[in-house]
Amino acid sequence: MTDAVLAMEGISKTYPGVQALKDVSLSVGRGEVVGLIGENGAGKSTLMKILGGVEAPTTGTVTVGGTPHAALTVQEAIAAGIAFVHQELNLFDNLDVAANVFIGREPRRFGPLKLVDTARLHADTQKLLDRLGVDFGPATPLAELSIAQQQMVEIAKALSLDARIIIMDEPTSSLTIAETQTLLRVIGELKAAGVAIIFITHRLGEIEACADRVVCLRDGRLVGALDRDEIHHDRMVRMMVGRDLRALYIPPAVAAQPDAVEIRGVRTTAYPGHEVTLSVGRGEILGLAGLVGSGRTELARAVFGIDRMLAGEVRLDGATLAIGTPRAAIAQGLFLVPEDRKRSGLVLDMTIAENVTLPGLRQVAKRWLIDGRGEARQAEAQRERLRIRTPSVTTTALKLSGGNQQKIVLAKWLALQPRFLIFDEPTRGIDVGAKSEIYQLMRNLADRGVPILMISSDMEEVIGVSDRIAVMHEGRISGILSRDQFSEPNVMQLAVGRPLAA
Amino acid sequence: MRKELGLAVLILVIGTVTALIEPRFISTVNLFNMANLVGLYGLFSIGQGLVIITAGIELSVGSMFALIGVVFVDMVVNWGWSWPLALAAAIAMGGVFGAIHGFLVARVGIQPFVVTLCALLIYRGVARYYTDDATVGFGYGGDFDTLANFATGRSFGMPNTFLTMVVVALVMWVVLHRSVFGRYLFAVGKNEEAARYSGISTRAVIASAYVICGLLAGLAAVFLAFYTNSIQPSAHGNFYELYAIAAAVLGGCSLRGGEGSILGIILGTVLLQVLQNLVNLLGIPSSLNFAVMGTVILIGVLADQHLQKLRAARQARAVPAAAGAAPAVAGSSPKP
Repeated sequence: MTDAVLAMEGISKTYPGVQALKDVSLSVGRGEVVGLIGENGAGKSTLMKILGGVEAPTTGTVTVGGTPHAALTVQEAIAAGIAFVHQELNLFDNLDVAANVFIGREPRRFGPLKLVDTARLHADTQKLLDRLGVDFGPATPLAELSIAQQQMVEIAKALSLDARIIIMDEPTSSLTIAETQTLLRVIGELKAAGVAIIFITHRLGEIEACADRVVCLRDGRLVGALDRDEIHHDRMVRMMVGRDLRALYIPPAVAAQPDAVEIRGVRTTAYPGHEVTLSVGRGEILGLAGLVGSGRTELARAVFGIDRMLAGEVRLDGATLAIGTPRAAIAQGLFLVPEDRKRSGLVLDMTIAENVTLPGLRQVAKRWLIDGRGEARQAEAQRERLRIRTPSVTTTALKLSGGNQQKIVLAKWLALQPRFLIFDEPTRGIDVGAKSEIYQLMRNLADRGVPILMISSDMEEVIGVSDRIAVMHEGRISGILSRDQFSEPNVMQLAVGRPLAA
Repeated sequence: MRKELGLAVLILVIGTVTALIEPRFISTVNLFNMANLVGLYGLFSIGQGLVIITAGIELSVGSMFALIGVVFVDMVVNWGWSWPLALAAAIAMGGVFGAIHGFLVARVGIQPFVVTLCALLIYRGVARYYTDDATVGFGYGGDFDTLANFATGRSFGMPNTFLTMVVVALVMWVVLHRSVFGRYLFAVGKNEEAARYSGISTRAVIASAYVICGLLAGLAAVFLAFYTNSIQPSAHGNFYELYAIAAAVLGGCSLRGGEGSILGIILGTVLLQVLQNLVNLLGIPSSLNFAVMGTVILIGVLADQHLQKLRAARQARAVPAAAGAAPAVAGSSPKP
């Protein structure tokens, strides 16, 4: 494309141990809307961070406004007219709309006094708001606006910066249908004004509605592009998935007995209007797939008692569990391996032994006094069982690798008697060797009769490890797949909220 | 233990130098007086330390001394309560104050600084109002003489305050360093979220630290009342919370929580008393007292930070070797 406002060529990005992007080239022309799609972890965010100047590419060039750069700085990105409208809004809700739009660039008067020229500030903001056709004024406090309106403020801010490229990262994830329509209209108007837009979303319908071109990332590579007349939902799904799966699956030793755990009508604060009903069999690993933000982690947190459960019940072997605090859940044998092991799973500054015994400390205590030898014995037993690679159980958890840290989190629960285990992203950021050990462990637990619910955004893992897959979409179970129905397109289809073709 | 050892060495060095300049420093009388004050300050510094380990702070200790003190004087002098009852009531008062602070911090979720700052103002104000801002004293004798004699007396040649503190410190050492509750305190202080995910009732643990701090403040209030023998409600115990915080910080408690030891807190208290004492003995104007203390704490914290950086740098140099070995170990595991 000759009139490209932006051209990224041969972009690669390597983090220690991970190749996040490999030889990605992408150009965007004036007034073009490019849809960027891909699974969780495909490299979309990394690519956008490079555009915003937050991350430097390992190799490749970024050409903006005709000038090639090996890496952009944040200032260069802004000067080149690259603006972001994030999923998480970066606004000040204690200020009004005009102050937010011109934050750091307020028109000033009275020379050295540097007082804010409020009249001009509001007039300038009003012009931008008129362009967007919104129904609030420059003096409205930001806190009074809805998420959708706040997004318009972000867009106004981008326009005030003379943005030539606006990157929208999941802008519609928390919008209603009507608000989404408004956003799509604004995108159309921006396009007509010559602004280029990179639109990242999991909602393929919106891409069908507004994109001129679609590019797809998978495992850090550009795997395909579709022109306007080729953009079709099924083709996009096929592009996003479709890779060879390595054989991970370990079949159960005994047939699962259904309905050992029943999660009935559970509502969480993430989607108060939607109920989740699920059942996990004894000896079964139920995979819970879905896109980020579909409400899976919130479900796990509510069942474990971290967050309040708005409605519903959890039954284990026919008996309703008293849920409300993690302490109560643990007392009943319901354990959670949390998503963020460094924040929620471990006390990083404590030793391995102290971490392992933390939930069951009274087991290694006599009359409230910790039996140091008993504690060391228990930790040592878990270290051997899980093959935690460490010089000693008195090593600080902080010093171990991700895989070994995750094993400590598992050890916490295995030292007790699990009756139902929930794993939230059990192998995120873990090397291949440790991954397969953790899968083997999960299977061993299942074979010993523990129902297992595994939340995972890793397609390979969900399909490779689960006995059945439940897929969540916007706080609801959109479908359940049995092994013979397992395929990435099927999971993806349900994850974006479309029913399976019969 | 490295921190405690460093502190002990520092105390010995300062003590030796002071003794060389001014031999009176190691006279029996002077050592006795210092031990008495270490006992008194140590009692409430231990409580403060526990609160700091939960990443909190207790600013109202000094005001508690004034309020509990004036009420205690009333109990034994004017209401004729027997001394065991009055002592128990004073300790219980501290416990109740602590429970209120704990509730507001852990349950209502107000910042510890704010909760205890308000408490500091409230208790001081109430104490002054209660006595009409007048100084109250024990007068001459009564049933409480037994307690007064104990609080100001000595056993085995050592002040009873010091012995009491040693007993409390031993008990609290077991609680903090050997008990389930102590482990929970550290876990909550280091990472409250992970503690919660491990099934610890983090709120109860945090609140308990304030209760223990209050109970010890109640006990210390009685000792302090007998030490001063009269209570001027507007000044009694002023700044004492800051001595306690200083002792805890000197002794290795981090205000970020999760770090500290009983031995460290005691050594911190000793160091503060030694400093106060040498200011007096060496003829340094006593108006410089605070300035000396502040300077020493600042130097201590700076030195500690510097040492930690050195240690981290040494570890960082050691890590590449270990990291180089790690993949080999991982590689020996069965691949799928």
